[in-house]
Amino acid sequence: MSNDQDQIPPISPPHASPDEERVGVYVCHCGSNIARTIAVEDVAVWAEQQEHVVVARDYKFMCSSLGQELIEQDIQAKGLSRVVVAACSPHMHERTFRGACQRAGLNPYLFEMANIRELTSWATDDREAATSKAKAQVKGAIERAVLQEPLEPLFVDINPNTLVVGGGIAGLTAALELADSGYHVYLVDRDSSIGGQMAKLDKTFPTLDCAACILTPKMVDAANHPNITLMTWSEVVAVDGFVGNFSVQVRHKPRYIIEDLCTGCGTCIEKCPSRVLDQHFEVGLGYHKAIDRNFPQAVPKYPVIDTTHCIYFQRGKCRACQVVCPTNAIDFTQKETFEQLEVGNIILATGYEQFDARRVPQYGYGRLANVFTSMEFERMVNAAGPTSGQVVLRDGVSAPQSVGIIHCVGSRDKNYNEYCSRACCMAALKFAHLVHERVPDAEVYNFYIDIRAAGKHYEEFYHRVLEEGTHFIRGRVAEVTDAARGPGEEGKLIIQAEDTLIGKQRRIPVDMVVLMVGMEARHDSRNVASTFGLGCDFEGWFTERHAKLDPVVTMTEGILIAGACQGPKAIPESVAQGSAAAARVAGLIGRRTIKLEPVRASIEAAACSGCRICNNVCPYHAIVFHEAIKISEVITALCQGCGACVAACPSAAITGAHFTREQVLSQIDGLLWDMQPGVLVLA
Amino acid sequence: MAEPTTFNPVIIGFLCNWCSYRAADLAGTARTHYAPTMRPIRVMCTARVEPEFVLKALRSGADGVLIAGCHPGECHYVEGNIKALRRFLLLKRMLTQFGIEPQRVQLVWAAASEGHHLAAAVDRMTEELRALGPLHWQQTVLRAKADIPLIKLEVGG
Amino acid sequence: MQYGYYPGCSLERNAGAYHDSTMAVAGVLGLQFTEVDDWNCCGATEFFSVHQMQAYALTGRNLALAADQFAPKAALPVIPVEAAETPQLVAPCSACYLNLSKVDRYLASSPELAAKVNTALDAGGLHYDPGSLRVRHLLDVVVNDAGYDAIAARVQRALTGLRVAPYYGCLVVRPGFQGQFDDPEYPTTLDKLMRVLGAKVVDFPLKAHCCGGHMTQISEDVALELLRRLLKNAAEYQADVIVTLCPMCQLNLDVFQSAVNRRFGTNFNLPVLFFTQLMGLAFGLAPERLGIGKEFVASRPALAKIGTSGEVEQERAVGKRAKRRNDQSLPMPYMPEEEER
Repeated sequence: MSNDQDQIPPISPPHASPDEERVGVYVCHCGSNIARTIAVEDVAVWAEQQEHVVVARDYKFMCSSLGQELIEQDIQAKGLSRVVVAACSPHMHERTFRGACQRAGLNPYLFEMANIRELTSWATDDREAATSKAKAQVKGAIERAVLQEPLEPLFVDINPNTLVVGGGIAGLTAALELADSGYHVYLVDRDSSIGGQMAKLDKTFPTLDCAACILTPKMVDAANHPNITLMTWSEVVAVDGFVGNFSVQVRHKPRYIIEDLCTGCGTCIEKCPSRVLDQHFEVGLGYHKAIDRNFPQAVPKYPVIDTTHCIYFQRGKCRACQVVCPTNAIDFTQKETFEQLEVGNIILATGYEQFDARRVPQYGYGRLANVFTSMEFERMVNAAGPTSGQVVLRDGVSAPQSVGIIHCVGSRDKNYNEYCSRACCMAALKFAHLVHERVPDAEVYNFYIDIRAAGKHYEEFYHRVLEEGTHFIRGRVAEVTDAARGPGEEGKLIIQAEDTLIGKQRRIPVDMVVLMVGMEARHDSRNVASTFGLGCDFEGWFTERHAKLDPVVTMTEGILIAGACQGPKAIPESVAQGSAAAARVAGLIGRRTIKLEPVRASIEAAACSGCRICNNVCPYHAIVFHEAIKISEVITALCQGCGACVAACPSAAITGAHFTREQVLSQIDGLLWDMQPGVLVLA
Repeated sequence: MAEPTTFNPVIIGFLCNWCSYRAADLAGTARTHYAPTMRPIRVMCTARVEPEFVLKALRSGADGVLIAGCHPGECHYVEGNIKALRRFLLLKRMLTQFGIEPQRVQLVWAAASEGHHLAAAVDRMTEELRALGPLHWQQTVLRAKADIPLIKLEVGG
Repeated sequence: MQYGYYPGCSLERNAGAYHDSTMAVAGVLGLQFTEVDDWNCCGATEFFSVHQMQAYALTGRNLALAADQFAPKAALPVIPVEAAETPQLVAPCSACYLNLSKVDRYLASSPELAAKVNTALDAGGLHYDPGSLRVRHLLDVVVNDAGYDAIAARVQRALTGLRVAPYYGCLVVRPGFQGQFDDPEYPTTLDKLMRVLGAKVVDFPLKAHCCGGHMTQISEDVALELLRRLLKNAAEYQADVIVTLCPMCQLNLDVFQSAVNRRFGTNFNLPVLFFTQLMGLAFGLAPERLGIGKEFVASRPALAKIGTSGEVEQERAVGKRAKRRNDQSLPMPYMPEEEER
């Protein structure tokens, strides 16, 4: 970083005045894709007559190697200083033609593309209008190109350390992959143990592997890995810097346990007299002590004191844990501490939250005792859970003779979330199987809209559950009620739904209802996004760079995302994304330096009035204000090139490279060449 | 009575690189036909669009300006589109005071998947501008200042 | 606050108690209701199925009258009226409310329909522009405009000890209409209002189910069965009184309760009151001013419980109190609104 500051980039390399620029224009036929609608030869002939243009050609396929060679030869033979290609979208071939320019010794940023295919020839059949629009586009490109400046990519060094936020299965996978590749990882989790949501689960579909059996070894690996620094009960509070050189502040919340002394024997937990409802790990179905860990295999093994329920913290008496601790590891005086980390990349794997079933009051959760959420049921069937794996009603004793499983609670519903939560169909099938396994005589009803069993061996699992005798009723449930209409319904929960396959309303009396609640972005995901400087979509999921082609990278260089923080995901996809993110980071670290697009903003110090308007406009905190000289400066590596500050600067002191004011204004003039007063267009 | 020649307005379209430019690409790829009236300028983000650009376009002969960006909450630069919206609202107020009809400068959201939506916006705006007629701002409003001779345009046959 | 007031036919006859208590409560809360001059029937629930166009015109006439009567009179005609607030029309009857807001919305979404209706209205020299009124239900105005806090501040005699089943009926929370103010599936505004008054609100799963409407006159079997379900549900949750916001619901549950008892051999004795009556009682108004005593199933015995401490809080043993040693039951989910009182 210090090196960068020393090398002040040249502000504007000397170049010819626009009048002296020599432009080559190349109009592509794209087979017949463009030529059918646009008179390409006409455009080329016309272009050659325009100011600055020394050569204009039309060619069948400009992107072909022959087409590219045409440009390269002209650059060298005719001394072109600017190249304009009128062809397809720059998202398609800008890179191709920049490469051609570069090979011929022309700076690739002295190239401009006019998109006359997607935006023109494919969008209309009107040949005359399309040709005239194409001419305007070419003229705009020429006018813009002559004002372009050569730009050089930026190179920054990369710190090989990585921060992974969130120790669920996605983050854990990413951390282990990177650590195994020999890079150091800081794994931060706000919970007292890593493991995330997966640690709460019993079995995993469709293989019915025990979640703990496949997860806990990974947790232990992470804890013991020489390349992983585990920071649980900790949160990232501030992020500064840019790709390759992030500076991260982590807050360690006090556990009230001296970790170096604690052996994790659990005596304190056993002797603690304060037993309270566990709303967190046991989702309100079980209890924990005021000093406790999430579950016996928690990693790290150290417990945490819940100060709101600890008798000592509330009343100043008790100290039972301190008395029984054989190693004197209890320290009631611990305070939060802060730590500064230097990392090159950050992977966010902050996961999701369950939809709150109380928001659908007609399903009775919280009112009707035997309505459970999917996570409650998950804890119930877990052998380490509150009922030791027994499927029972809220009375804790009786087994249900009939269970209704309601899909899509809070998902695929325009009143709540319109999206599909993706994992719940399979979880519902798994539950149906587990009920049959634990209560062999029970009837199980699945109320579904569609069964989404798209995944390896998923459909087969669906068939297996069908064959086990689970009933499937296709239709959204209207309500769950205890208002019985006849003797058969007395004492039962009645699920009313339209069976859309037979076109009838049905009322199914059951003993137990399980609501398959959907996934939602974490309630504070927007705050997290702003801390790390990335985007969130409307629902709060983190926005990836490209939904299909770049799912684990964000718009902020060096910040990656993995797992359900990007959108609803089951375990396999979360793991895949964790690995993908790790691979991207490892690839970046391996290069040691990173090349950045030079489309960035810069401030001309002499013109800056120090008003600081740009400071707040920048979403990446890339503009710093030098208090001493009252001037703002863009940290080039942090800048993403959006141009918001350029437009905001009242004294026009900020230049957006490659999108300068002059370039855009001149492009407008070019686009409107035929609209100027005094211009006569003869048709 | 013979139908007078249809007036074809010229619209300058500022398209953000991440959503709306891709929406326009998609409209083309999907062969969604719409009025060939919009002449595009690619910007990285709608937040880059200076009010001056809009004024310049109108002054240089455009009949309307369309600014298209990502939906709120989906901006690739976190909230550039919101900044564009704020500027747009202020600009519109000013343009109204200049006597420029509000339909002449429009801001629309079009996600990369919404090619049809962008195409429809261009069509709609084209129709609205047709109803309003040419702007000729340079000639009609700025004439006093400009020393440009007025020459009638003969567009089309 | 100023509102146009559309009482509807019921409030002039069988639901006179609703009208009286509404006026009394509005006075306490400072809500000013001015009746629409020369209003006519809204068409009730069935006329729309009998003759749709006439029904639209019938309700359209009320909207036109109200819009004209309550239109903001701009002092300076130069200033556009857009800044002025849309006049509001309050209907205490759920059917009237639904019809008025439905017709306004349909006219707004279909210019052809609006043109037809206005042709009909034109015969009487009237005209209605859709959207020139905001139609609201009385409950909406009471809880959202007056507000729970203002209501709480005026409670002089809390309804402590009274177990109330809040009954919304099926009309007031129909989804998709402008002015929808509560969850269509499981509304809770009335629950909250009753809690603010100090009453114990019992769960009432059938709170938004149909009371049968005019089916008592057409198919008694259907109507009595629907009423039986409602009464049974309220009785199972040990309600002392059913509180409602619709004259039709009140009439059916109250007047036909004895018929239900005869038909099914049941013994329901559940008084059915309007929410404004209970508000008035809590505000310390005299029962006579609120029309209490006009109901068929006498409410006095139930209302006598007001002020008793009530042995009601025992039921929620699970989850809230420390568990007994041998109790294996699982805790109930945490419900924040239960904690409010």
